[in-house]
Amino acid sequence: MFLELTSLLAATGGAISTEGMAKPDLHVIDWSIMAIYLAFVLGIGFALKKYMNSAEDFFLSGRSIPGWVCGLAFISANLGAQELIGMAASGAEYGIMTTHFYWVGAIPAMVFLGVFMMPMYYGSKAKSVPEYLKMRYNEPTRVFNSVSFAFMTVASSGISMHALADLLHALIGWNYYICLIGTSVIVLAYVLKGGLSSAIYNEVLQFFMIVFGIAPLAYIALKNVGGWDGLVAKLQASPQGQGALHSWAQTGGTDNPMGVPWYGILFGLGFVLSFGYWTTNFAEVQRALAANSMGAARRTPIIGAIPKMLFPAVVILPGLIAYALTMNPELGYSIPKKIAADGTEVLNYNQVLPSMIFHYFPNGLLGLALTALMASFMSGMAANVTAFNTVWTYDLYKTMKPNQTDKQLLYMGKLATIFGIIAAMGFALVASQWNNIMSILQLVFGFVNAPLFATFLLGMFTRRSNSVGSFWGLVIGTSSAVAFHGLSFATGNAPGVKGGWINQMIEYPKEMSQNFWIAIVAFSVTFLVNAVLSLLTKREKSDEELRGLVYSLTPKYRDEKEAWILRPAVLGSIVMVSVIVLNYIFW
Amino acid sequence: MDLRLPIGYVFTIYGVMLTAYGLFTKGDPMYAKSLDIPVNTIWGIVMLIFGLVMYFFAKRAGKGT
Repeated sequence: MFLELTSLLAATGGAISTEGMAKPDLHVIDWSIMAIYLAFVLGIGFALKKYMNSAEDFFLSGRSIPGWVCGLAFISANLGAQELIGMAASGAEYGIMTTHFYWVGAIPAMVFLGVFMMPMYYGSKAKSVPEYLKMRYNEPTRVFNSVSFAFMTVASSGISMHALADLLHALIGWNYYICLIGTSVIVLAYVLKGGLSSAIYNEVLQFFMIVFGIAPLAYIALKNVGGWDGLVAKLQASPQGQGALHSWAQTGGTDNPMGVPWYGILFGLGFVLSFGYWTTNFAEVQRALAANSMGAARRTPIIGAIPKMLFPAVVILPGLIAYALTMNPELGYSIPKKIAADGTEVLNYNQVLPSMIFHYFPNGLLGLALTALMASFMSGMAANVTAFNTVWTYDLYKTMKPNQTDKQLLYMGKLATIFGIIAAMGFALVASQWNNIMSILQLVFGFVNAPLFATFLLGMFTRRSNSVGSFWGLVIGTSSAVAFHGLSFATGNAPGVKGGWINQMIEYPKEMSQNFWIAIVAFSVTFLVNAVLSLLTKREKSDEELRGLVYSLTPKYRDEKEAWILRPAVLGSIVMVSVIVLNYIFW
Repeated sequence: MDLRLPIGYVFTIYGVMLTAYGLFTKGDPMYAKSLDIPVNTIWGIVMLIFGLVMYFFAKRAGKGT
């Protein structure tokens, strides 16, 4: 969700709008590609049904999935079309600086999760992130997190549903409600039949679908713009100039496309927001918990990091090219325009990806690309639904009624799946009526993840942090982020959902920088409150009770038996060195 | 169930479909969109190879156990 939220903030409009886009002319081949895909998605769900015998199978895949499958599902769970469309939009708007979301944001957080945090997550046998919080702290901390997380997942899958229904409606012309119900029923069917395994298997299929469906775009468009050299020359001559071509070189001050200095990127995006999202969001962590061994669980995020590192070539590059092409209209492609609130005509960055697909792809490949977009929405939706049913069943329902049999839990999980989908559908309708709901939600996600990350850092790496500190840290940290949001605003934004609703005290040049600082405040306040209160009150749990929950008290996982290349520390180091090299190349 | 099997099936089917369709529509004016590159044939072959590789590894692993 973090990447969805920031990429959407980065995109000008907020919502994914297909308004005013031409309907593509689809042939039998395109429809067949879509139909075959849907048949396989459902087929996988039904094929996995026979393995679903207990609640553990349904919610955790019986901890039986190989590492590479979990790894690809790990990044696919985040790879909604909001991410695809948002990253192409940001590529056009911010240039190469968009890679910070990957090379400073996602990758280091994934490696940290695999190397340092997974021994506690997987080793404690917690079934969910909130359950870990219960084991480490107490019940109120768990409930606080479960409730906010349940809301986030429902809202997030609702937004995916709305975006997909809107896309299908605009592109293919089906009725919006039929699209909404149709896609929800498909996701519901395969999650109900095959539980988490089915969601994970489909996410991996979706991952390959997305790569194969979108990758040719960068190649064709790059050829159109005159190759890499042509792209560089055209960007240098554009209003963005050098700013579009460097990730770090222009970040000495705020005079760069994102309006953020380097320390804002490193601390706000790199440390707080990304670590918060990738290491504490249960929709992500759940994929690693399904792994078949401690080694596979630790490798899950690191394996995911490898394709994630290369993803800018698929999603950001087309955006860069789109901007260069728009500045040279004789080349044939321009980013669609829209009328802004003040009546001027501006580029509609959110339409970069779909409009390029229609511009460059002939029938055949067109069907493949549309299926890929559809797949990406479904993977985001299913990831949130499976996380929701687990948190609902294990963290909320079982807390209220502790003496449930396995069969009753399985039954409740299925009910929760249905309920989650219906609630998400309701949320999709809200989102469709009220465009700004997206902005509010993105802020909610920011408020939830950053404080949670501070709580986890103290909980996993110190013995002293206690439940008084953790609970009040979360409460006060989240509230102060809300207050900071009310006091700050981005230049040009009216007071309201985008900030400044208490008083317009602090001004930022861009929404992006405002968002980073809100996260920094949320993290810092939570961290300080948790640390100070824990020191002022007495320690609750003995070393014995914290065994396996705190890093220094967790037995070191021995990986000498594994091939050297598969050891998390080795694999993680290779990934980190590669990502530093990438940052250097595009400096 | 070995996930490589359904992935192998999907991309083998897509590969055959796109390659055949690409050959069938060779020289069609719609390829002006893709700068006259026969993208369907090329990408169809790439997906076919990927599908077959996945299928092959799934079958090989299946025999071992």
